[in-house]
Amino acid sequence: MAQEKKVGIVGYGSYIPRYRIKVEEIAKVWGMDPETIKRGLQLYEKSVPAPDQDVITMSVEAARHAVARAGIDPKKIGAVYVGSESHPYAVKPTGTTVAEALGSTPDIHTADMEFACKAGSEGMFVCYGLVKAGLITYGLGIGADTSQGAPGDALEYSASAGAAAFLFGNEDVIATVDDTYAFMTDTPDFWRREHAFYPSHGGRFTGEPAYFRTVLGCANALLEKSGLKPSDFAHCVFHQPNGKFPMRVAKMLGFTEEQNRTGWVTPWLGNTYSGSSPIGLTAILDVAKPGEKIFMVSYGSGAGSDGFIFTVTDKIKGVAGIAPQTRPQLDENKFYLDYGTYAKFRGKILKAG
Amino acid sequence: MSQITARYWREIPRRYRGEAAKSTKTGKVFFPPRLVEPKNGNRQFEPTKLDYEGKLITYTVIRIAPAGFEDQGAYALGIIEMPGGARITAQIADCPIEQVKIGMKVRIEFRKIFDDGHEGIHCYGYKVVPM
Repeated sequence: MAQEKKVGIVGYGSYIPRYRIKVEEIAKVWGMDPETIKRGLQLYEKSVPAPDQDVITMSVEAARHAVARAGIDPKKIGAVYVGSESHPYAVKPTGTTVAEALGSTPDIHTADMEFACKAGSEGMFVCYGLVKAGLITYGLGIGADTSQGAPGDALEYSASAGAAAFLFGNEDVIATVDDTYAFMTDTPDFWRREHAFYPSHGGRFTGEPAYFRTVLGCANALLEKSGLKPSDFAHCVFHQPNGKFPMRVAKMLGFTEEQNRTGWVTPWLGNTYSGSSPIGLTAILDVAKPGEKIFMVSYGSGAGSDGFIFTVTDKIKGVAGIAPQTRPQLDENKFYLDYGTYAKFRGKILKAG
Repeated sequence: MSQITARYWREIPRRYRGEAAKSTKTGKVFFPPRLVEPKNGNRQFEPTKLDYEGKLITYTVIRIAPAGFEDQGAYALGIIEMPGGARITAQIADCPIEQVKIGMKVRIEFRKIFDDGHEGIHCYGYKVVPM
């Protein structure tokens, strides 16, 4: 019997808006001490979407980068799943606009995913499964958000914007999926009710019983299932609600700071919710070398984690330079906003009429 | 129902994907696609797509914006020459007005152009950003 072709990532892309706001600028408005926040959250600044950007526009850009890196005909994409908690419409899909902009319609399946910050890795999970089942040739999983955080709340310092897209297939794979695991429980740590503008959260409850229990539960089970140990990996990436949690969870699992550093983008990006660990993964793929193993565990409140183990292949050579890379998008061509302009961009100002 | 939805839908191929027409006679690219080529009357075209990168030929600054664009403040609107010769009109995003320069290289990005009021559709299309 012929050996089954390994399914994995054939192309990836990220998109980060150019606008930023610093912790100092937000803290000034609410009379908080910026140094305490920076130290407590390990967060310095966050990305802000321009008024003409939303989950659809960022998803299209990230997806175009993924298709360019894969070098495939977009007509061969059989599924587009966009995960987000800020889909532009309450009723009208994000995925159809993205698929249309790529030129992949009408022979395609699309669905919009929602699961707090885990929706992006869900799309990846489903695309991987569909390709493996032989139902589609290529599947595109996207995580994107223009995250909401109430003014004055701790989330305002972190809620940011960005997108990451991953094209799954079984030809010319740049990173194979070697194993997966998912861990879900009903944990009410963070939510947004219908018609509520901003999410609510359980404060400290979002830590130990939610993020740490779930991420550790998924990560430990995935390590056990795969028979691998932290030292077998070149890189790890976890959901990053702030700079502190992913570093702490990595340490608890036995990963080093060095293994966690490449995908640790939150201190300069903020929490891109559904795009968080996926954008971290793009930063890793930008620099990863053939043979390296990557450990990824996402997290979404409510709560659940999707875990993946990837192995980078020879096909990754030369791929990063085809489209904009993540770290340069994060570090270059930034425009810093004052709070007033930020409030206008994010629709926080009540206008007449 | 707003009049905008049907028109917006008809323009999706060119607004989303830059679908253009290339003259089989002269090789010139027309955007939006034309049925008849000026000067020679040619009616034979093959479908093509605009590249993502082009050059700013000229621009103007809109200070008193039309309805639906009022909140965007002063913004630049440019004419961009794309490879193949097609010229497109687009807003120049993510660039302070004083940094807009004729001849600069720009790249097409997918953006929201406007909303059809508070309850209507979001209308997407292309803008350009400096490279």
